Amino acid sequence: MSERVAVRKTYKLFIGGKFPRSESGRSYLVQDSNVSLASRKDARDAVVAARAAVQGWAGATAYNRGQILYRVAEMLEGRREQFVALGVPGDEVDAATDRWVWYAGWSDKLPQVYGGANPVAGPYFNLSAPEPTGVVAVVAPEAPALLGLVSVIAPAIVTGNTVVVAASPAAPLAAVTLAEVLATSDLPGGVVNILTGRLAETVPTLAAHMDVNAIDLTGVTDPELAADLEGRAAENLKRVLRPAAHDWSADPGLGRMTWLLETKTVWHPKGL
Amino acid sequence: MTATATSARSDLSELGRSETALRAFLHGLPGVDQVGAEQRAAQLGTRSIKTTAKAQAIDLAIRMVDLTTLEGADTPGKVRALAAKALRPDPADPSCPHVGAVCVYPSMVPYAAEVLRGSAGSGRPSDGPGPTNGAAPAGPGGVHLASVATAFPSGQAPLEVKLADTRAAVEAGADEIDMVINRGAFLAGRYGEVYDEIVAIKEACGGADAGRQGRPRAHLKVILETGELATYDNVRRVSWLAMLAGGDFIKTSTGKVPVAATLPVTLVMLEAVRDFRTATGRQVGVKPAGGIRTTKDAIKYLVMVNETVGPDWLDPDWFRFGASSLLNDLLMQRTKLKTGVYAGPDYFTLD
Repeated sequence: MSERVAVRKTYKLFIGGKFPRSESGRSYLVQDSNVSLASRKDARDAVVAARAAVQGWAGATAYNRGQILYRVAEMLEGRREQFVALGVPGDEVDAATDRWVWYAGWSDKLPQVYGGANPVAGPYFNLSAPEPTGVVAVVAPEAPALLGLVSVIAPAIVTGNTVVVAASPAAPLAAVTLAEVLATSDLPGGVVNILTGRLAETVPTLAAHMDVNAIDLTGVTDPELAADLEGRAAENLKRVLRPAAHDWSADPGLGRMTWLLETKTVWHPKGL
Repeated sequence: MTATATSARSDLSELGRSETALRAFLHGLPGVDQVGAEQRAAQLGTRSIKTTAKAQAIDLAIRMVDLTTLEGADTPGKVRALAAKALRPDPADPSCPHVGAVCVYPSMVPYAAEVLRGSAGSGRPSDGPGPTNGAAPAGPGGVHLASVATAFPSGQAPLEVKLADTRAAVEAGADEIDMVINRGAFLAGRYGEVYDEIVAIKEACGGADAGRQGRPRAHLKVILETGELATYDNVRRVSWLAMLAGGDFIKTSTGKVPVAATLPVTLVMLEAVRDFRTATGRQVGVKPAGGIRTTKDAIKYLVMVNETVGPDWLDPDWFRFGASSLLNDLLMQRTKLKTGVYAGPDYFTLD
């Protein structure tokens, strides 16, 4: 009997709920696996997919978004062994799952904490409601591969933003595997898009893109690149989160959710 | 050009007089190779047009756009805004050309005319030294004013109503009329009826004082509504029918049925206008409309025009895009080429 030949996997991009190869056809090797090397056109396509998903995702009820994110955590739990096989420590997978559940719970609570009725000196109801910013570009941190990634994606999407994530070039396998989790969790296509490959190729495109509303530079380690990206982001006044040292296992706080909120305030006359 | 069509060349002008001759001619046209046409269209769609060629293609495509709004909810304000956009598609960039025409319902023509014919705009004339289609000169801004007519989009109304509709649009200031053919009659085989109707509408395009006072007649575009014609053979037949009856342009669709312009259908129509010019010496324009939303799509059409009928048709006088959302995508791509940064829809008008 002949020996079975294993099916080898190509790690592809995640754009608009699908797993395309890079438009450029290029790939690179990570841990003996082929990983797509995204080009600036892939970045452009990802932004188009993310923009198309904003209306449906931001328009979904907070309760529905919470349910879907909780479903992601369920799928993440079910794929624990797969992440461990990629070299992610078991307790990191657990921490990432817990972190995802923690953020999922905030979906309908954040508006209660950050919105509300304002006292005003006139016969008006004055109400503030936090709204999502739109399309957010995220540069994921290199380590911890999974917990870091979850800690930057979940807070951005829980409030109704959609994201284009540039995965760390050194740790793309966990990112693509997380994409497989997301693709099987009822998350609408385009809410999360993941690009693998060189940051210097995709991120400047995202930073300069006029249809991206905010950029999170957490995973950028080169200070010159970070300064260049901030300069590009200034063109359309994107919100920018600068790179900073993080203890990813600590309590994350609310900052990663609230920096992506736009407050809408409505004045309504009190009628008699 | 095929043998069947050439043999009929000598008496093409006589065809309209007899339904039998018309039928014999149209059914004598060679059948369309469906697989071949689709393959050819798909193959032409794979050409890569980049950098300076792309910049030229985008500017040409902008000049070819018939900026259209055909909604029940159209208001005078919306039409005025659209007409202003037609004159200056990108207010941030004076080098951006104006579009080919504005296309509206007859009741909206006066409001568009106000903007297009008024003091607004001072762009260069749209018609160069090249051939003109006998169309009325465009307004001072160079933008034509098209109006749909003849009970658009269904075409299911008595002839008198269609004629009145057409005359009203011309009187109100339209210099291009987009008529729909009577598909019901065509599909039932009453070719003579369709022919006579196009001839009558063409006459009405001169307005109430047709032919007198040297007033230029409006330019007639004949909408075939290919989505309802079922086969490419029918598309070829009705293209010839419309050209024989005197249409200045043949247009694919109203945009109101699920299947609008496609590349293979446009290919069949382009072949028809090419063969018609060979047979009669008269050049007819082509206008795909509906479903063309991206720059990439528009460039595919331009490649097909160049490869099928040649550069003679690569001009807003002979090829147009009926579209509304296409223009913004063209402007965004144009901005991307100029600035090197991907543009976003937030920086262009909503219409």
